[in-house]
Amino acid sequence: MTDSTPFMGHDAILDLIAGMADVLRRHLDARGLADPAIIGIHTGGAWVADALNHRLGLDQPTGLLDISFYRDDFTQIGVNPQVRPSKIDFDIDGRNIVLVDDVLQTGRTIRAAMNEIFDFGRPQSITLVTLIERSGRELPIQPDVIGLSPPLTDGDHIKLDGPDPLRLEIFHGPRAGR
Amino acid sequence: MASLRPPNLQLNEHGRLRHFLTIDGLGRELLTQILDTAESFAALPGRPVKKVPLLRGRIITNLFFENSTRTRTTFELAAKLLSADVINFNIGTSATSKGETLLDTLRNIEAMHSDMFVVRHGQSGAAHFIAEHAAPRVSVINAGDGRHAHPTQAMLDMFTIRKHKGDFTPLRVAIVGDVLHSRVARSQILALNTLGVTEVRVVGPRTLLPSEARVLGVHVFHDLEDGVRDVDVVIMLRLQNERMDGALLPNEHEYFRLYGLTDERLEAAKPDAIVMHPGPINRGIEMDSAVADGPRSVILQQVSYGIAVRMAVMSMAMQSQADLHSDGGDAP
Repeated sequence: MTDSTPFMGHDAILDLIAGMADVLRRHLDARGLADPAIIGIHTGGAWVADALNHRLGLDQPTGLLDISFYRDDFTQIGVNPQVRPSKIDFDIDGRNIVLVDDVLQTGRTIRAAMNEIFDFGRPQSITLVTLIERSGRELPIQPDVIGLSPPLTDGDHIKLDGPDPLRLEIFHGPRAGR
Repeated sequence: MASLRPPNLQLNEHGRLRHFLTIDGLGRELLTQILDTAESFAALPGRPVKKVPLLRGRIITNLFFENSTRTRTTFELAAKLLSADVINFNIGTSATSKGETLLDTLRNIEAMHSDMFVVRHGQSGAAHFIAEHAAPRVSVINAGDGRHAHPTQAMLDMFTIRKHKGDFTPLRVAIVGDVLHSRVARSQILALNTLGVTEVRVVGPRTLLPSEARVLGVHVFHDLEDGVRDVDVVIMLRLQNERMDGALLPNEHEYFRLYGLTDERLEAAKPDAIVMHPGPINRGIEMDSAVADGPRSVILQQVSYGIAVRMAVMSMAMQSQADLHSDGGDAP
């Protein structure tokens, strides 16, 4: 059995996201990336995306990606019957996309998400935002905006629960599920 | 290891779908899982790129010993939308007519590294036979065997019903026509009862209803209007012309007069009843064109949903190969 430690509660996470929104706004302005559209990765990334969207005052709903059909470890874990259809109600072509996930570790989820985004269209750019950035990268993928980079050992993993309340927890020991 | 055979050929030791041969022996939970998985695939056609890379690099072979352009095409499309490569074998016109046995054919196609066989055969039990003899890394999907089963058709019908009616529990469903010779009807009855509908009825002339109908857990009606009274779903079966020659039926006109579905007769069903048919329709024999093209007909939706359901079954069966990998001890 794995034991867990609470890491951050709802209000602290919302404060963190508010700070990320400011950094993201400056990042987009500095690069001249106008009219951004936000896409969150199911499930944790979608919660962060919604909070960011609200904070930035964008009137367009966020897009939702469920990357289950794009994972590179299908032969090891199979298809999850709870897969929800991805939902992107805006035109991707030529847009400046802000891709949001809760935890960036190996980079495989982001690779899968980018593959799926390109099946919807050809964006002008993709900016990567992640609430938690941690060690363990297996692919050359780096975020543009980071909430926190907590020092974690290889045996630990961190998970966002939510959406109400949002809660970050650190689990010690072997990874469960996945 | 060889002696540890799972009790149900269709399931692997983790209880997951390995082959899909019949509805028989599969529980409500697994059928619901198929429907839920299909739901996520049903959203794909609305996207610019309709394919997902789930089964990229896999080879799926359609083994059709009996002709069926429509079923073969939907299986082929489902496989292609999952990014698998597809090979079509119409065996009726090739090897077996030259004297090759079923097992020889199977071994040959296995040697071509196929990961999945989709089998249609005129003999009941053919898909089971192939599943029993297939290599461990191969999954078999039954696309119709003799009079026995057509489980993917039944599941796409269940998917269509759930889309329109939501919950199965309160439903009354009438299956009308040649139930006796229909593998579709047999699979539908099993699926409806497993999913827990209130009542399944079979409606038709005595010569076309199985004598064991009551054993199947259905109510038998010989009058169409009585049979569809207050039902939520009417499933019409295709009447096969060869039954006329067998003297099981008087003639087409007589059949339509007694059992053809018309708007008038449909009045007896619930006002929001839906009308289904596995296709292809014999207009003016099983049903009036006004019904087939009418507002209560969901026949074309059945075709579209069939693709999503077949994608679900194929990806779930491929998952049993994921279990093979993890049993090998090389999981991440």
